[in-house]
Amino acid sequence: MGINRREFLKIAGISAVAGLGGTSAIDLLRRAPVEASQVSPNPKALTAKRWAMVVDTRKLTEADCKRMIEACHRIHNVPDIGTKQEVKWIWTEEYKHAFPDDMNEFVSDEVKHKPFLMLCNHCDQPACVRVCPTKATYKRADGIVMMDMHRCIGCRFCMAACPFGARSFNFGDPRPYVKEENPKYPTRMRGVVEKCTFCTERLAEGLMPACVEVSNGALIFGDLDDPNSEVRQALRSNYSIRRKPNLGTQPCVYYIV
Amino acid sequence: MLEKALYGSKGYYVWILLLLGIIGLGSIAYYTQLTQGLKITGMSRDVSWGFYIAQFTYLVGVAASAVMLVLPYYFHHYKAFSKMIILGEFMAIAAVSMCMLFIVVDLGQPQRLLNVILHPTPNSILFWDMVVLNGYLFLNIVIGWTTLQAERKGVTPASWVKPLVYLSVIWAFSIHTVTAFLYAGIPGRHYWLTAILAARFLASAFCSGPAILLLLALLLRRLTKYDPGKEAIQSLAKIITYAMCVNVFFFGLELFTAFYSNIPGHMHPFIYLFYGMEGHGALVPFMWAAAVMAIGCLVLLIPSAWRDNENIMIVALLMLVGATWIDKGLALLVAGFIPNMFDKVTEYAPTIPELAIAMMVYAIGALILTVLWKVAVSVKKEIA
Repeated sequence: MGINRREFLKIAGISAVAGLGGTSAIDLLRRAPVEASQVSPNPKALTAKRWAMVVDTRKLTEADCKRMIEACHRIHNVPDIGTKQEVKWIWTEEYKHAFPDDMNEFVSDEVKHKPFLMLCNHCDQPACVRVCPTKATYKRADGIVMMDMHRCIGCRFCMAACPFGARSFNFGDPRPYVKEENPKYPTRMRGVVEKCTFCTERLAEGLMPACVEVSNGALIFGDLDDPNSEVRQALRSNYSIRRKPNLGTQPCVYYIV
Repeated sequence: MLEKALYGSKGYYVWILLLLGIIGLGSIAYYTQLTQGLKITGMSRDVSWGFYIAQFTYLVGVAASAVMLVLPYYFHHYKAFSKMIILGEFMAIAAVSMCMLFIVVDLGQPQRLLNVILHPTPNSILFWDMVVLNGYLFLNIVIGWTTLQAERKGVTPASWVKPLVYLSVIWAFSIHTVTAFLYAGIPGRHYWLTAILAARFLASAFCSGPAILLLLALLLRRLTKYDPGKEAIQSLAKIITYAMCVNVFFFGLELFTAFYSNIPGHMHPFIYLFYGMEGHGALVPFMWAAAVMAIGCLVLLIPSAWRDNENIMIVALLMLVGATWIDKGLALLVAGFIPNMFDKVTEYAPTIPELAIAMMVYAIGALILTVLWKVAVSVKKEIA
C-alpha cells in the first residue's frame, strides 16, 4: 500500500469535512420537502389564506382591553413578572406611543387618551423571520408568524429586528410567575423568545383567538385575501391605519380610529 | 512549537495564574447565568442586547485590524513589518475567539448553538457572521502557525500559504462588513440604519485594532526585549492616525445627515447619547469623554514630531482606544435601543455578574494571546 501518514491524514480530513458539511449543504440547496402536519386535521379548523385583525378602537374601553389581555395571558400561561424584563403578548399603549411617527400634538382628546391594543402584527414581510438564524421563527402559509420554542437559541436578533416591540424574552424561568397554569397550553423555559401567535392552537380547533372571543365585536378577525370576509368589509367601510407602514413590513393588524 | 509556552520566567507564570484566577471567578458568574438565565444581566425587553454583544462588535474590529499589517507586508512587500506581522495575526486569533465567546455567553439557550449549522438559514446575517468569523479564525491559525514554523526551520513557507494570505486580506474586510450588516439592515432602529455603518466599523477597526496591537507590542518590548523595530512602530502609528481621521470624519457625516435633515428618528439617539432624554442620560459623560479623547488623540497624533515621540504616542493611543471603545463597545449598541419602538426611554447598565462574565471572556482572550505571543517571541529569539 503506497499511502503514507500525510496522505492518510489528508484523505481523512477531507472525508470528515465532507461528512460534516455535506448534509447541511444538501439541505440548504434542496427546498424543504416535508412540512410537519397533523395526520388528520380537525374538520372544524378555521383556515384562511392570510389571517388579519381589525381593531375597532371606537368600541374599545380600558375595561375591554383589560379583559382581553387577561384572557390571552391566562390561556397562554404568560408570566406576570412586572419588571423591565417582563413578558407580554398583548397590551395597551397611548396613541403617541402606538403611532410615534404621527407626531401630531393636536389629535382629538378622545384619541389622545384612548387605549390602543398592541400585539404582534403578523407582518407580510416580517423582519423577525428574515433575521432568525435557525428558522425558529417562521411564517406559515396562512400568514401567521410563529415560534418554535424548541429550536430558538435565544440570540434575540428577532427582538432587535421587530419594529413593533412585539417580542419578549424569557430572561429567567417564567414558570414561577404563572399564577394559574393552563395545562392545555405549554409553558416556556428560560432563554427563548415568545410573542402573540394569533391563537393558532384555537384556530386549529375551530375557535376564534382568545382576545377576539371576549372583545364583544371590537376585534374582527378573518381572511384578508377573501374580499367578502368580515375584515375586508370593515376595512372597506371605515378609515383605518397601521403601525409604521413606511417600514415596508406590511402589518396585518389594522386600527379603525 | 506549543511547548515554548510551557517554560517562562516567574513573571510569566504569575501572569498566567492571574488570568486563570479571573477566568475561575468569571466562570462562577457564568454558572449562575447558565442556571438562572440572562435575568442576572441588566438587559431588558427594551434593551435586549447589552455589554456582551457590544464587546463582540468591538472585538471583531480588533480582529480585522491584522489586515493593516498583512496588506502592506504581502501586497507591497513592506519588510519593516516582518517582526510585527506575527503579533497581528496571533492577536486576531485571540480577538476572534473572544468574539465567539461573547456570542455564546449572550445566548439564552447556548446548548442549542449548533442549530445555526443544523438548520442553516442564509437569509440571516447571523448565519453569515458565523461563517466569516470561523473562516477568519481558521485562516489566521493556519497562516500564522505555518509561517512561524517555516521561519523556525529556516525555509520559505509552503506555496499554498500565499493564496490563503491574499484570501485573509479580503476576509478581514468581510468579517467587519458582515458584522455591520447585523445592524445596518434592521428597519426601525435609526442609529443603526445607515449605509455608512460598515465603512464606519472598518475605519474605527483600523485605528483601534492597530492601536491596541501597538500598545501591547510596546509592552512586550519592555518585558521581553523583543523589538518590532522603530520603523514598524512609526509606520503603524501613521496608519492609525489616518484611520482615526477617517473614523471621526464618518461620525461627523452621521451628525450632519441626522441634524440637517432634522428627521426626529435620526436625531433622537444622538440627543440621548450627548444630552440625555426624558431625564435619562447615563451615557452623557461617557460620550463627551469620548469626544474629547477622539479630538485630543488626533491633536497629539497628527504632528509627526509628537507622534514619533513614544511617550506622547502612548498617551494618544490610550485616548484613541478609550474613545473608540466608548463609541463602538458601549454607545453603538445602547443607542440602537433608545428610544425604544414606542418612543420611550428604558435605560441599560450592565450588572456586576454581567461584567464578571465579560472579564472572564477578556481573560480567556488574554490567555490565548499570551500563549501565542510567548511561542512567537521564543521562536523569533531562537532563530535570531
